[in-house]
Amino acid sequence: MRDVIIIGSGPAGYTAGIYTARAGLKPLLIASSVEAGGELMKTTEVENFPGFPQGLMGPDLMANFQEQAERFGTEILLDDVIEVDLKGDVKVVKTAMGDTYEAKTVILATGAAYRELNLPREKELSGHGVSWCATCDGFFFREKTIAVVGGGDSAMEEANFLTRFASKVYLIHRRDSFKASKIMQERALNNPKIEVVWNSEVAELHGEANLSAVTLRNTVDGSTSELALDGLFIAIGNDPRVWLVENQLELNDEKFIKVDGRSSRTSLPGVFAAGDVIDPTYRQAITAAGSGCVAALDAEHYLNDH
Amino acid sequence: MPKNVTTASFQADVLQNPKPVLVDFWAEWCGPCRMIAPILDQIEAEHGSKLEIVKVNVDNEPQLAMNYNVTGIPLLGVFVGGELVKQVVGAKPKAMLEQDLAQWIG
Repeated sequence: MRDVIIIGSGPAGYTAGIYTARAGLKPLLIASSVEAGGELMKTTEVENFPGFPQGLMGPDLMANFQEQAERFGTEILLDDVIEVDLKGDVKVVKTAMGDTYEAKTVILATGAAYRELNLPREKELSGHGVSWCATCDGFFFREKTIAVVGGGDSAMEEANFLTRFASKVYLIHRRDSFKASKIMQERALNNPKIEVVWNSEVAELHGEANLSAVTLRNTVDGSTSELALDGLFIAIGNDPRVWLVENQLELNDEKFIKVDGRSSRTSLPGVFAAGDVIDPTYRQAITAAGSGCVAALDAEHYLNDH
Repeated sequence: MPKNVTTASFQADVLQNPKPVLVDFWAEWCGPCRMIAPILDQIEAEHGSKLEIVKVNVDNEPQLAMNYNVTGIPLLGVFVGGELVKQVVGAKPKAMLEQDLAQWIG
């Protein structure tokens, strides 16, 4: 049996890997088969991660995290966890490839998944005009008219990034102000290719093979209008990824994993959680990394006492 | 390794292929495309006799991407008898991909 299994490979997971590996615990980090590296794999320039004064690309930052975790002996598995049993002293983790792993402690760093608009035709038009990843798909919208939905930092970043390709980027937001950080807002508001559509939400998607237009609903007076678009990028936030554990661990009202105070301790002994899956508030690479460190130290203390 | 297909060879390699063909529309700069590449290698190794797998680099072949309305990658398209009959958008784990392709590799 192992000491530690870490589920997740974003900043929280890899930081937990670095710390538990340096503590000699030989962690197994289950990174996922196709999403290893987590949300930062979809970003471009990361300017606010301390220690990199010139900034660096999200995927490069994650490659660094991985290299550092591996350097101290973290074993990284490109597989998907499909089932866990966390109740007993022996935690059991099963993967899609059919393997079963056991450990005394588990650190959950499963992050958050992007939110959908939940509109009819959203799935059909995904890959045909509707996208959640500007860095993946922006390339296809050279000299096109597109829109980004959302009002947070990711929406601002996507909108700015997409002006490299698109001739026009509408930024659709359901309120009359953004919650994004000031520097990101200013970049978007000062970008001549970006036009903000305030107090509006996307009500319908139109188009045959490709998205051609959307219906917008005004959130103040309920009026509707059509906007012709070649592409729509959705950046309306994320939901914590808790489906593996929601029947075993206590969650809070917003469905994040509940932890004890400033620690990473969940409602079950030997089970710790870190990163976006416990954080409805800050959700930064650096806070996730710090949270992964907390979980590693908590797991280490638990192992010393058991 | 799946064969690289170009606009010039698409007719012969895909549309006139007697076998069903899975076309992987991809690019170097696409992280999720890199993540599924080894999975496609495995599926080719295991099921290559039933389903041929080829790659279209959208940077080099923008016309092909445009013809099939590709605006997001990775996009996997299954062609049978010259017709695009199934599309899978985004990176998925091997088991889910195999489910999507069960009709041709089952």
